[in-house]
Amino acid sequence: MEQKIVDARGLACPLPVVNAKKTLSEFKESGILTVLADNEIAVQNLKKFAVQKGLEAWGKKTGDREYEVTIQVCCGESSDFRKWGSAGAGGTEEKKDFAQPEEPCSPDQRKKGLVVVLPANVMGEGDERLGRMLMKAFVFALTKEDILPETVVCYNSGAYLTCEGSDVLEDFKEMEAEGVKIVTCGTCLDFYGLKEKLAVGTVTNMYEIVEIMEHAESVVRP
Amino acid sequence: MSEKMNFCRGGGCTAKLGAGALSHVLERLPKGPRDQKLLIGYESRDDGAVYQVSDDMAIVQTLDFFPPMVDDPYVFGKIAAANALSDVYAMGGEVKTALNIVCFPEDMDLNILGEILRGGLEKVLEAGGSLAGGHSIADDSVKYGLSVTGVVHPGKIYPNNQGRQGDCLILTKKLGTGIICTANRIGEASEEAMEEAVSSMTMLNKEASRICRNYEIHGCTDVTGFGFLGHLHEMMDGACSCVVYGDQVPVMENALDYADEFFLTAAGQKNRNHLEGFVRFEEVPFALEEVLLDPQTSGGLLIAVKKEEAEALLADLQGAGLPAAAVGRIVEKREPEILVVGGKGEAL
Repeated sequence: MEQKIVDARGLACPLPVVNAKKTLSEFKESGILTVLADNEIAVQNLKKFAVQKGLEAWGKKTGDREYEVTIQVCCGESSDFRKWGSAGAGGTEEKKDFAQPEEPCSPDQRKKGLVVVLPANVMGEGDERLGRMLMKAFVFALTKEDILPETVVCYNSGAYLTCEGSDVLEDFKEMEAEGVKIVTCGTCLDFYGLKEKLAVGTVTNMYEIVEIMEHAESVVRP
Repeated sequence: MSEKMNFCRGGGCTAKLGAGALSHVLERLPKGPRDQKLLIGYESRDDGAVYQVSDDMAIVQTLDFFPPMVDDPYVFGKIAAANALSDVYAMGGEVKTALNIVCFPEDMDLNILGEILRGGLEKVLEAGGSLAGGHSIADDSVKYGLSVTGVVHPGKIYPNNQGRQGDCLILTKKLGTGIICTANRIGEASEEAMEEAVSSMTMLNKEASRICRNYEIHGCTDVTGFGFLGHLHEMMDGACSCVVYGDQVPVMENALDYADEFFLTAAGQKNRNHLEGFVRFEEVPFALEEVLLDPQTSGGLLIAVKKEEAEALLADLQGAGLPAAAVGRIVEKREPEILVVGGKGEAL
């Protein structure tokens, strides 16, 4: 399996896509093309490009202004990628559904005004271990929805979810790469001694939390 | 002196802040007391302001400036000026005076600045206005544009959002300048493609605006950074919806080719994000989607005209040599706000 990396950090659009396209054409067999980028618009353009090529792609935020787009390259007998329509033609066995072809304005999946509030690191009341498992499953399921929230707000013990050691960090990073804004209550980070441990998203305060919730069209709370 | 400037990076209207980011800031600012004589501008979404000074006269104020999107400074000057003057035309006004806005690096060849200003001046004169001064500051990159003052009869201002059900939508210039300039920036645009884009970008909307005065115009706006669909969305203003026939929209062929080559701009993607939920594409090729979202520099006028007058207006515009076309029609408010269908349809 071929693996290639394109470092498009520091490059303005359209260069991340142009460079990815060039490298993609050099693939002789199926493999993985990883593109490093430094802004979410470039991530969206890369995913748009992949969808047009009929390839599957994932975006992930890996750090401050650091993003990684993984494109699953499926080579048929020919390396003419142009032949692969997004309708599913092409010699690709393991290819699943492409990203939401029915959605007109993909690949931005965020729904304006949809806010998810995570007030605790457990879901529901009862056994704590079960609560943690449920929360993990909830965040995972959230990332798999066709529609993503505009903002995720974590407070009280929900602050643990966005800090080092959380088992949903990767899911949050994936959402962040799609442009979802993830904020954690600063007072809560302080209280639990997590201030240095925040690993995804940004710190917020009560004014912003109130504003986010007031402007929300719908608030989802597990 | 060097004719070429090595300063072109994502200029023109692709340099505009995203609409989402901008409204985020504007919404938070207080508006202050309303002056009844400020006819347009209070809502702060418009590019310009119209202020009534007497029963039969209002002044139009507008400004626009941006970094270069072409290498030739003289051509850049013409484009930036045509783009800035365009707002006056979109409101139905006449250009009177213009002031230069200049950002220029201290260590750059001043002849380049001279060429930029020469290009700008030519367009101001062509518009029938006077170049009355300007302001310049030292900056690390070149930016140029104009602050323009025009006049308009208060009763004859073209609104940008009064389109009504049944109106025909007409576009007066071809789309695709953003993608072509982007391709050019990475050395992938053909000479012919750039020539077509440049001649479109340097063309004033003066003639199109003048012709419109003879017709019942319900909506008029110039297509710039938010792309054709972005400006169409502003024109609908939450009050009506529209259908656009993909094959009837005038586009530069090369722009479609370059979109197929994935020369995708950041600004085009920002426009796509901003319009999420308002636009539905039905059987529209990807390249055309991109061109419809492509930020335009000094784009044409997008006009909503009374159905009965559309054919005559279109004939007049085409008779004046403009690549104008009837691209769609306004319908009652429904979902989606903008439906773009592939193929042709009855726009007139």
